[in-house]
Amino acid sequence: MSTTTHVDLVDYDDAVARFDPVIGIEVHVELGTRTKMFDGAEQSFGEEPNTQITPTSLGLPGALPAVNGTAVEYAIRIGLALNCSIAQSCRFARKNYFYPDVPKNFQTSQYDEPIAFEGFVDVELEDGTVFRVEVERAHMEEDAGKNTHVGGATGRIHGAEYSMVDYNRAGVPLVEIVTKPITGAGERAPEVARAYVQTLRDMFRALGVSEARMERGNVRADVNVSLRATPESPLGTRTETKNVNSFRSVERSVRYEISRQAAILDAGGSIVQETRHWHEDTGITTAGRVKSDAEDYRYFPEPDLVPIVPDRAWIEEIRAALPELPAARRRRLQGDWGYADAEMRDVVNAGAVELIEATVAAGASPAAARKWWMGELARTAKQQEVELADLPITPAQIGALQQLVDAGRINDKLARQVLEGVLAGEGDPEQVVVARGLGVVSDDGPLLEAIDAALAAQPDIAEKIRGGNLGPVGAIIGAVMKATRGQADAGRVRELVLERVRA
Amino acid sequence: MTDLTRLTAAELADRLTSREVTSVEVTQAHLDRIAAVEPAVHAFLHVAHEEALATAADVDERRAAGEDLHALAGVPIAVKDVVVTRGLPTTAGSRILEGWVPPYDATLVERLKAAGLPILGKTNMDEFAMGSSTEHSGYGTTHNPWDLERIPGGSGGGSAAAVAAYEAPLAIGTDTGGSIRQPAAVTGTVGVKPTYGSVSRYGLVALASSLDQAGPCTRTVLDSALLHELIGGHDPRDSTSLPDPATGYVAAAREGASGDLRGVRVGVIRELQGEGYQPGVLARFEESLDALRGAGAEVVEVSCPHFTYALAAYYLILPAEASSNLAKFDGMRFGLRVEPSEGPVTAERVMAATRGQGFGDEVKRRIILGTYALSAGYYDAYYGSAQKVRTLIQRDFAAAFEAADVLVSPTAPTTAFKLGEKLDDPLAMYLNDVATIPANLAGVPGMSLPSGLSDDGLPVGFQILAPAREDARLYRVGAALEALLETSWEGPLLGRAPELAGGAA
Repeated sequence: MSTTTHVDLVDYDDAVARFDPVIGIEVHVELGTRTKMFDGAEQSFGEEPNTQITPTSLGLPGALPAVNGTAVEYAIRIGLALNCSIAQSCRFARKNYFYPDVPKNFQTSQYDEPIAFEGFVDVELEDGTVFRVEVERAHMEEDAGKNTHVGGATGRIHGAEYSMVDYNRAGVPLVEIVTKPITGAGERAPEVARAYVQTLRDMFRALGVSEARMERGNVRADVNVSLRATPESPLGTRTETKNVNSFRSVERSVRYEISRQAAILDAGGSIVQETRHWHEDTGITTAGRVKSDAEDYRYFPEPDLVPIVPDRAWIEEIRAALPELPAARRRRLQGDWGYADAEMRDVVNAGAVELIEATVAAGASPAAARKWWMGELARTAKQQEVELADLPITPAQIGALQQLVDAGRINDKLARQVLEGVLAGEGDPEQVVVARGLGVVSDDGPLLEAIDAALAAQPDIAEKIRGGNLGPVGAIIGAVMKATRGQADAGRVRELVLERVRA
Repeated sequence: MTDLTRLTAAELADRLTSREVTSVEVTQAHLDRIAAVEPAVHAFLHVAHEEALATAADVDERRAAGEDLHALAGVPIAVKDVVVTRGLPTTAGSRILEGWVPPYDATLVERLKAAGLPILGKTNMDEFAMGSSTEHSGYGTTHNPWDLERIPGGSGGGSAAAVAAYEAPLAIGTDTGGSIRQPAAVTGTVGVKPTYGSVSRYGLVALASSLDQAGPCTRTVLDSALLHELIGGHDPRDSTSLPDPATGYVAAAREGASGDLRGVRVGVIRELQGEGYQPGVLARFEESLDALRGAGAEVVEVSCPHFTYALAAYYLILPAEASSNLAKFDGMRFGLRVEPSEGPVTAERVMAATRGQGFGDEVKRRIILGTYALSAGYYDAYYGSAQKVRTLIQRDFAAAFEAADVLVSPTAPTTAFKLGEKLDDPLAMYLNDVATIPANLAGVPGMSLPSGLSDDGLPVGFQILAPAREDARLYRVGAALEALLETSWEGPLLGRAPELAGGAA
């Protein structure tokens, strides 16, 4: 299959103006359990091939599966976080198909009895719109091994000279989450798809069930797209783009499929129900397996495993111990911090929630914390083209800096210089203040000298102030600040000036 | 000196414990017997001379050092080739596993080794335990020691024949639809299929996961009890394993041997007699019932109306599970690998060529049946209906066990048939298991023990069934019947078997 074949595309805006897109997303997450789904083989990323195996994960004759209880607990956590019902009893089934990376030539999965079903997740888009995605089910299954095709140009099996299989990943526990058809997103469908996957990724991390690293394939998405004439029309034929493994790609692939399908429908053609491959480099999808050729998986209940009947009290324990999920946490923090909606959204989009939380914990007010991270530091990060969190400064340092300001030891202007010093690796704010000699002049002696000099230099202003006109005080303060190279506390200068003229 | 191979496992255990004999002597005696009679019987696919003698020597040494040993330590045993043994070839009777040496032990083998039983070797069987005659072995058939022209039963013909021919005092069998009990019946030996989940399936090359169960093949009821207690009990690696400890079987066998069955209700299953059963089989069955009555048991008739459908349901459930269980034999990771004779060498074509050459006809027949039964559009009509029948059969058992403590029937409708007689008639072959299959479908335990010789001079088996987890009842009633019948025969039935050429005692 060439990826350079010319494909007609309809302009995206045009496509969504005339068609109603419907999407559906299947997300697989690898659970971060110590051992595999059905045997005692350890599982960790990046080990030597075929070193994390047992007779069971190799599918040797006679070997049997036994369910990993921690994986069940993680699956229940995910189910509860997705507002799903948890099955009273559920079973595994065998999905039969021959492929060398599936050691038993069947995958042990859940078929008609998932552990969790009928839930939803609220997804927040970048502009703050909340979109509810209905979840059909979340079920447990095992991952396959990993094939490496050697020789041939494409790295795919076709044309390869030989293939190697690494069974370290075979049997790693997975939870697959399947949405109901997502309707009503309209032109925002690609954005909803992206935000949904991102929301799940954040949720997996918050739940502690997976490291959820996209680049390692811990989280993988299959994205279904179909078009229909109007929201009232029956669902159109869908395509399923497999293994879309970054947030950006999720959005782009949905966008691409909408444009591609619209072109076919415009030309009077019909959509072929098929799986499609996403090409990150060219930003297009190409045809994979046609659904009518799809194998009959001959599902039947896995006779080697007894049904899982989670104790209701255990489920309630898991529910009670669920950590706060990202969306709820954001709402709570926004309330605690008193940010306006738009302010909070900016903070979230800038990835500054954790930074501000830690800065507040280090003693800064929420307003001050936001001012630093979303102001000076955001500008610096943008200039340096790095993430905020990657700047060489910690929330604790920002907290310390703000405390210096609040204590009157430095003023805002000096604080910016201190920040610059910290970012330049000169140490903690305190060290920068000392090293750069930036302390606010708090000894009244030098200040009084400067004030007297300023009053003497501008006698007419001094006269006005003495006469009760406080308007020109600023001019004297300015002169004092200048004389002290900004290291004076302006408030204190003001007090001293007034004392002086009244004396 | 007594021929050590004629002693029961319990007798050998006593003499080993009292240091009258050593395990090396006992093991060597059996290896000699194997060497003498194997050319005629062919019960073994692999004989583990060195390993068996090494284990025997180790046990003797530990005993001499005063170590506390298991009661059966030093008593040799044969293991059906469907059971995975670390370092010993394991083929399950199939060419597709020729030369495969497993890197791990089945749980029951671990227990045999831990208890110090020398493993004499691996016994012949129908390929992947599919058959009732051992003729479907990929490595030649086993011959019935009673008549070498006849089948030793199947699939575990090798284990039963080895025990009947005094090649081993104990053997391990597996029973999916009668593969322990029917060979026991036609070789005049004792075989027990424990309650499903009583003995771990970890390390049994799976035929039908929901039906398979390993158990003892012996010459006496007591020996089966001893072996069952050793191999039974919970195993966390088999999630269908029961939590129950495997205890009380030996005590039940000893209690039963007193011959007193007062208060025991014995239910005769109406549907498992009559048409299709040889007159000699029925006559011996009736005699056994009389013996039970004589011991004080109350014999009642029970009806299990759905047993009529058991065979049909079994031949959907078994092939369905087998078609999936046998998918792993694809030439990719272990065992036989066949490259296509022409055309490209792709994974898919290697899998097809390997399976095409490596599997025998009966295996292919059942894979095709099972694949069909599970196919989209047919699942409900076939696999789904069969599972419903299974539930009905379980209910039949539940109702029957309200009226009786144990249920009884002839183990098989006929005595051993001639080799080749039913090879081309799969349905006739399948019918041989009509009485044993219901126990597998319901998961209940069953025993076959000798009830005499039919008119053709061949052994007849008597089957006892008990409710799930009540295996002890089999041992009590079985030991009682054994004692009563052996008194009437003035010795064990096997004593009447012809001497084998080359195997004169």
